[in-house]
Amino acid sequence: MIRDTTLGAKLWATAVWAFVIFFVLNLFAMIGTVVTSSFATRWLGTWLPAGWTTRWYYSAWSEFQLGDVLLVTFQVVGLVVLISGVLGVTAAYALARRDFPGKRLLMLLFLLPLLIPPITFGIPLATVLYQTGLAGTFWGVVAANLVPTVPFVILVMIPFIEQIDPKLEAAARVFGANTFKLFIHVLLPLLLPGILAALLLVLVRTIAMFELTFLVAGPTSQTLVVALYYAVFAAGVRAVQSIDAMAVVYMVTTLIWLVVALRFVNPAQIVTRAKQQPAH
Amino acid sequence: MTASVTTTPARDAYGPNLRQRLAARGLDAVTLLAVPAALFSLALFVYPFAFGLVLSFEPKAGGWLSNYQRFFADPFLYETIGKTLWLSLPVTLLNLFLAVPIAFRVRLMRNQRLLTAILVLPITLGTVLVAEGLLNYLGPQGWFNRTLMTFGLISQPLKLVHNYWGVFASLLITGFPFTFLLTLSYVTGIDPALEQAAATLGANAWQRFRHVYLPLLMPGFAITFCLSFVQAFSVFPSAVLLGAPAGPTRVISIAAYQAAFEEYDYSMASAVAMIMGVVQLAIVVAVLASRGLFYRGPASGAKG
Repeated sequence: MIRDTTLGAKLWATAVWAFVIFFVLNLFAMIGTVVTSSFATRWLGTWLPAGWTTRWYYSAWSEFQLGDVLLVTFQVVGLVVLISGVLGVTAAYALARRDFPGKRLLMLLFLLPLLIPPITFGIPLATVLYQTGLAGTFWGVVAANLVPTVPFVILVMIPFIEQIDPKLEAAARVFGANTFKLFIHVLLPLLLPGILAALLLVLVRTIAMFELTFLVAGPTSQTLVVALYYAVFAAGVRAVQSIDAMAVVYMVTTLIWLVVALRFVNPAQIVTRAKQQPAH
Repeated sequence: MTASVTTTPARDAYGPNLRQRLAARGLDAVTLLAVPAALFSLALFVYPFAFGLVLSFEPKAGGWLSNYQRFFADPFLYETIGKTLWLSLPVTLLNLFLAVPIAFRVRLMRNQRLLTAILVLPITLGTVLVAEGLLNYLGPQGWFNRTLMTFGLISQPLKLVHNYWGVFASLLITGFPFTFLLTLSYVTGIDPALEQAAATLGANAWQRFRHVYLPLLMPGFAITFCLSFVQAFSVFPSAVLLGAPAGPTRVISIAAYQAAFEEYDYSMASAVAMIMGVVQLAIVVAVLASRGLFYRGPASGAKG
């Protein structure tokens, strides 16, 4: 490693770290503001609120029907994880193991929904879903959320499957395993860490997926993040602390899964799989 | 479902049958496993896009181009392109300029996991929560203004929410970590031996960056810029909650949303979405085309 010891290099390093610390401080202060406000009795024009209470959580729970919203959120996320796992892993297996005409085109088809922002393809998608009557329903929300997650699982799983030696499968075949047995007893145990990582990432991304859910959700099929948006949008109707309490519930829901996910995956994977693209 | 077709010897005296000929080209039962996902993507991604494109040429009233004519005749609509670019281009460039020196510093750290985990926070929490948090934090009574006033830097609170700067701050706080993590993955992908060779030959830090790293990283920066830019260009929740959605932060996604869900004119909404896609595509293509001007070749050693 090269060490620079000149004064300029030290000043530069200090400036870089100062910015990082400034950024992280602001980030935590922003989160801290929301948490503090959600426990505040009254907070106007002072550093800290006048008193502390937990009653905003009870009022948020009943005002925003958080029980129902959380239930819908977990149902949507659970189904999205399950379906994108089944569709994504099988397709990734085919793409990792076979070379066939049109494979590059197929890869492009799976890459595009990850590169195009959800609001751009979400509006035509919502239009189609409204015309088929699926929008506003629970299944419409699930279908819309699957559009970016299925390709995501495919792109995460392909390199993972490629690194498994095909000789293992050949050996299982020699000993008379059929495709189903091969999958259950050989592939699944080997692929489990990769599948787990991919599905955890899908889970974290789906909880926070605002645009697609927002465009197709009806009153009974809102997820937590959409309910939070409507609450902030209509601020003034409810107490600020009540909205903040809901934001804390959302944060806790997301952060639990983020902590679980970080045990299994590299943080950079949460951002994107851009490195897998032909960048050079 | 047998995937063993490839290994079955040709029983047919007349040569390989159709199944075997297809298998030789890579098309067998295993390949068919990709069909459900492909059909799904066709039905829910390609079809809606094609449908939206056709629908945008079938306006409620007027000729087939009247949606686009209306968009480019009405300043309330066509100005959204400029407003979105005026927001997304500076933020993307700033994020990239901040991310590069920090990535170069962080690459030398042995334990990057904690920092990357902290930076992944705002991305995971999402734009809605960041907007809600910044509304409190940057507000006139928030901790940010309060701290600046305590240090005597300002005499009265800065107006940072419900205007351009609120949206700018939210794009910075969610966009910077995204840009940084991408940049870091490109920077760590370059073999340190190249830098060591330059240092041995007497290049100082700036020369090593300018003549060794920068040419190798340009393609990666181009990709990072494109991905960060399309994220910033499609800003929606924070532009509504944290900005002035009727004024300076009336971005193009707000125009598309209002056409679809306030005027119920899906044809117009599709037209706006298509214009949004075309502008994004134009910038991305322009940036990626300029990649051809730079070095393209192996830059990584052990790490790929």
